[in-house]
Amino acid sequence: MTPLGALLIRDMRLAVRVGGGALIGVLFFLVVVTLVPFAIGPDLALLKRIGPAVLWLAALLANLLALDRLFAVDHEDGSLDLLLMSRSPLELVVAVKGLAHWLTTGLPLVVAAPLIGLLLNLDGAAQAGLVVTLLAGTPALTFIGLIGAAIAVALRRGGLLLAVLVLPLTVPVLIFGVAAANAVMTGAAPFGTPFTILCALSLASLVVGPFAAAAALRQEIE
Amino acid sequence: MEGINHLPFIVGSYAAAFVVIAGLIGWVTLDFRAQRRALADLEMRGFARRSAPQPAAAALAKEEA
Amino acid sequence: MSLLDLANPSRFLKFADRVLPWLGGVTVVALAFGLNQAMGAPDDYQQGATVKIMFLHVPSAWLGMMAWGIMSIAALGTLVWRHPLADVAAKTAAPIGAAFTLLCLVTGSLWGRPEWGTYWVWDARLTSELVLFLLYLGVIALWRTVEDPSRAARAAAILTLVGAVDLPIIKFSVDWWNTLHQGSSVFRMGGSTIYPTILVPLLVMAVAFTLLFVTLHIAAMRNEILRRRVRTLRLMQAQAAS
Repeated sequence: MTPLGALLIRDMRLAVRVGGGALIGVLFFLVVVTLVPFAIGPDLALLKRIGPAVLWLAALLANLLALDRLFAVDHEDGSLDLLLMSRSPLELVVAVKGLAHWLTTGLPLVVAAPLIGLLLNLDGAAQAGLVVTLLAGTPALTFIGLIGAAIAVALRRGGLLLAVLVLPLTVPVLIFGVAAANAVMTGAAPFGTPFTILCALSLASLVVGPFAAAAALRQEIE
Repeated sequence: MEGINHLPFIVGSYAAAFVVIAGLIGWVTLDFRAQRRALADLEMRGFARRSAPQPAAAALAKEEA
Repeated sequence: MSLLDLANPSRFLKFADRVLPWLGGVTVVALAFGLNQAMGAPDDYQQGATVKIMFLHVPSAWLGMMAWGIMSIAALGTLVWRHPLADVAAKTAAPIGAAFTLLCLVTGSLWGRPEWGTYWVWDARLTSELVLFLLYLGVIALWRTVEDPSRAARAAAILTLVGAVDLPIIKFSVDWWNTLHQGSSVFRMGGSTIYPTILVPLLVMAVAFTLLFVTLHIAAMRNEILRRRVRTLRLMQAQAAS
């Protein structure tokens, strides 16, 4: 097995094991969506109208809040130093860790979204739109969040700071993700434009995220 | 008539600009005094910079050039 | 004195001491001239007297963006050359940039109350400025969280550069989002609608504000260098005492 493949398996195992917290993201997602009707009332028409936006917002928060310990745990037990010294380029190591995080946190959100969408009275088209846009958009959230996780690696209370640093950067992803999901549901606006831009954002963050996060890790750990 | 209705907002804008800029000037000035005082205090207790500032600066500049 | 000599902190202090009184004087003259021009400018036929708010709003918006540009250049200096003066420049530009972005938001909303009938409209420009303001606050929070100055500088530098890449994308997406939800955007100032009677005071004010920024930035950098000296001396003192 190649070193990077081994790292991917290791990270996913750690996330799924007791103490890993892979499915807490989905649980958080469910809790947030459940709270929404309590705040705005059980009007099904209204819930349906704002449903995709609420689900996107909840997925965004769940994805980012799960990220804050991504590098911090490895930093504390010393395995980050080993990763820094390894012969694989740090950018690829970081990208693999991001991929493992997305597979254990982002992908379950995508799978759970249509089911949780039932709570907000979403029909089949809206559910399909949600799955497609989340599938295209959550990698961008993970890989933008990587940068914040790398910057906050050595901080004692990184969690809240991470959210403050990263959330403004995710504005474009949120805008185009929700626009594309709404376009599928209502059919009023074209779906192609926002969805293509969403995919472009994801691809760009796949490149920029690992490079910036690796640079941050190199600067922080010396 | 319209100008009179809008006057409070115009005055408010210029007042806000005054407050922000005065705040920045105040911050910079007070901070400068505080740092100067701290430096003077430290020097009085015998903690000057590693060497006299002028020769050190000149040497550093020579190194860089 | 060449530009390279200024990179030495001691030289920079001397330079700041010499240049600041002059720069302050020129700034005061420019601001007075700009305010005089702004007061003398005729009312806009559409906006009426509220156009006078633009003479503050537009230069503040410009400084808010310029400060992030300066921080990005300084961030390159921090990451590539590891230069302490670049750290100082980046750290001190952030609060000044944030202050002018806030001023831009405040004047924008005071302009909006008579024009739109409400203090806040999710207009594309205002929304982008709000996100910029949030990014400034994030950078300042990061500077205040990391205790070691040079490590804080490197973390903030990476965040600044990522922000510099993301800011045009944010601007573009907010513009797109705004056209999607059309109906709220009333304010169009671009292109040929600006008359010279408005444009000249606007440019004078922009120059005056830029001078003000440069003065404040150099003064704040001087403070920061002194603060670091105090910190080093205190550390030496603590070591000597132990």
